[in-house]
Amino acid sequence: MIEAFGLSKHYGAKTAVYNLSFQVRPGIVTGFLGPNGSGKSTTMRMILGLDEPSSGTVTIGGTSFRRHPNAARQVGALLDAKALHGGRSARNHLLCLAQLSGIPKRRVDEVLDIVGLRSVAGKRSKGFSLGMGQRLGIAAALLGDPRVLLFDEPVNGLDPEGIRWVRQLMKRLAAEGRTVFVSSHLMSEMALTAEHLIVIGRGQLLADQSVKEFIAANSADFARVRTPDTEPQLREKLTAALAEAGGRVDPEADGALRISGLPLPRISDVAHAADIRLWELSPHQASLEEAYMRMTQGAVDYASTAVPGGQPAGPGQPPHGTPPHGMPPHGTAPYAMPQGAPFGAPAAPGGGFVPQPPQPPQTGFGPPPQGPPAAAPAPVQQPTSDPEDAR
Amino acid sequence: MSTPYAAPQAAPAAPGPHGGVDHRPARPVEQSTHLGHAIASEWTKIRSVRSTIWTLAVMFALVVGIGLLTALALESGPYAELPVLGGGLFGMMLGQLAIITLGVLTVTSEYSTGMIRTTMTVCPKRTRVLTAKAIVFFALTFVMTLAATSLTALIHSAMLEGKPLSPYHDLNVGADPSQAVETATATSQQWLQATVGVSLFVALLGLLSLAVGTLLRSTPGGVTTMLGLVLLPFLISLFLMTESTRELGDALREYSMLNGLSTLYHMPFEFTEDASQVNGWPLLGLLAAVTAAALIAAYARISTRDV
Repeated sequence: MIEAFGLSKHYGAKTAVYNLSFQVRPGIVTGFLGPNGSGKSTTMRMILGLDEPSSGTVTIGGTSFRRHPNAARQVGALLDAKALHGGRSARNHLLCLAQLSGIPKRRVDEVLDIVGLRSVAGKRSKGFSLGMGQRLGIAAALLGDPRVLLFDEPVNGLDPEGIRWVRQLMKRLAAEGRTVFVSSHLMSEMALTAEHLIVIGRGQLLADQSVKEFIAANSADFARVRTPDTEPQLREKLTAALAEAGGRVDPEADGALRISGLPLPRISDVAHAADIRLWELSPHQASLEEAYMRMTQGAVDYASTAVPGGQPAGPGQPPHGTPPHGMPPHGTAPYAMPQGAPFGAPAAPGGGFVPQPPQPPQTGFGPPPQGPPAAAPAPVQQPTSDPEDAR
Repeated sequence: MSTPYAAPQAAPAAPGPHGGVDHRPARPVEQSTHLGHAIASEWTKIRSVRSTIWTLAVMFALVVGIGLLTALALESGPYAELPVLGGGLFGMMLGQLAIITLGVLTVTSEYSTGMIRTTMTVCPKRTRVLTAKAIVFFALTFVMTLAATSLTALIHSAMLEGKPLSPYHDLNVGADPSQAVETATATSQQWLQATVGVSLFVALLGLLSLAVGTLLRSTPGGVTTMLGLVLLPFLISLFLMTESTRELGDALREYSMLNGLSTLYHMPFEFTEDASQVNGWPLLGLLAAVTAAALIAAYARISTRDV
C-alpha cells in the first residue's frame, strides 16, 4: 500500500507535482499515467525517498521509505534502466545490491533466471540493449522479493515479446498479493496491464479510478454520418434536424458529421423524416487513447486558452511540465493541440482567457455534459495558488 | 525476437521464489541491514570496475618504477644526495594523482551513471552508504600504497644505504654533529614515515577527494578541485617571493600538500639544519583534520540533498 497525501514538489519556481493525493492498493496493478514531464518520475522519486517533497507526505506500508529498516525487502523499484554503472557486469551489479540489503548471493542467479539474463550475466552492462537494461533493472527490483514494486516506464525499449512478458510479470506479481505501481505514458499499454489508473497531468491528479470506470466515463459512443458530397445543403439541414432531436453534432474535417447522444436508429429516423439521403451511418467508439489525450489536454488547456479557435498551433508538444501555477493565462500557448486529438480544431469557440473548468473545449466530441463527472474537470478546479505558499 | 538470452515467457513458468501462488505468509522476520552489508556491497562495487584496477595499477607502476629509476640515478653518484628513502617522493608525487582520481570516481561515477538512485533505493540510509564507501576506499588505497611504498623503500635501502654522505647534504646527520655517521642510513622513524606515513597521507588525500566528489557530484569538478588543492598553494607561493608577501608565501609553501608529502620523506621544502627535527606527522595530522571537515560537510550534503 502506497499512500500519498498532498504531495507537492517545487524546483525553484517550477512546480513539478502539486497537491497529489492517492492510494495504491495491493493485489492489483495500478497504472500511473501522464504525458512526458507530467511529474510521474518526480512522484516516484518522492515515494522512494530520493527527493524530499516540498510539502505533503508519502508512505509505503505506513512508513516513509527512508525509515524502513530493510527497504529492499519491502520495496523494489525500477526507476531508470540505465541507472547503473556500465562497466560492471550484470551479475556484479545485482550482487552489490543484494549484499547491500543482506540478500543471499544465490538470489542473484534466481532473478537473473526470472528475467532471462543468465547467459549474459558476466557481460558488462554497457553493451546491453535498452531492453536488456530494462530486464536487468527489473531483476534488481525483484531481488528482495518485495511486497511493493514500482516500475517507471518498464516497457521502454522492449520489443513486443518483451512488452508482453513485462505485462504478464506485473499481473502475476499483483496476483501474488503485491502492490504494483507502474508508470507509463501509453494509455494503450496501461489499458491492457492495469486494473486501476491514476492519471496526472502537469503534476496534478486528473483521475483516480478503475480502468473499467475510466473506459465507461471516457470512451463515449458516437456515430459518423455522411451526406452526399454533391449536396452540401443536406448536411446543414441534417445538422439542424439532429441538433433539434437532442444530439450533439460536430463536423469532421472530411465533411462527415460526428453525432453523439443519439442511437443509430434514431439518427436514421430523423434523416428519413427530414428527407435526407445518407451515404454513411456507422457506429464508433472513441478509443481510450483519445479519452486520455482529451483528459491530459484538459490539464494543459487552461494555461493556453488563448489559442484562437480553429487554429491548432501545429503538432504541439504534449504538456511539458511547465508549472500550472504562476503562469500567465494569456501565455503564448506553448502547446496547443496534441497530435492525438483528431477532429478537434474548430470547436474551441472563444479564444478568451477563461480558465473555465468543466469542458475541455477544443475537442469537439467530448462526453456529453451530463456524463459521469470523473474526468477532466479536476485539475482546473484546483485552486490556482501561488507556488510559493505550498512550501 | 532474436534475443541472445533465454525466451522470456518461459522463465516465469519456472517455479522460482516468485512462481506460483506463494503468498509466503510466513516470511521470516526481516532483519535490518547494517554497515557490514554496505561494506560488502561497496567492496563488490569497487573491485568490479576497471577504473579501480587501472588507477591502482598506474599508481603502483609510477611509485615503484620512478622509485627504481631514481635509485639507479642516485646510485651512480659518488655521494648520497638525498635521505636514503627520499627518492620515493618523485614517484609518489605522480602516484597520488591516480589515488585522487580514484577517490573522486568512487562517488561521482555513481552520480554520473545514475547508479546512486539504485543504491539509495536499496539502502535509503545514505550516510551508511557514504561511510561504507569511505572505509572500503581508505582501506584499499592504504594497503595498495603501503605495498608500493614499502617495495620502493626496500629498493632504495638496498641500493643506497651505506653510500658516503655528501659534505653539503647533512640531512642524515644525527643531533650531535660530532657523532655524525659517515654513511647514509635510514632511521626507523624515516622508515615509518616513508612507508606507513606516506600511505596514510595518500589514502587520506584520496578520502578527501571522495568527500569533495560527494560535495560536487561531478568527476571533472572533483578532480580539478583536488588538483588545485594539491598544486596551487605551492605554485602560488613561488610568486610571493617579494618582501611584503614573503610570509604568506612561506606559509603557503609550508602547509601545501606537496610539502606534507615531501616532509614525510624527510625532505621538507624549508631546509632544516637539524635533520632529526624533520617530522612529517604534524602535516599528516593537518590533512586528517581537513579531510574530517570535508567528510562532515559531505555527510550533511548527502543526507539532505535530493539524489
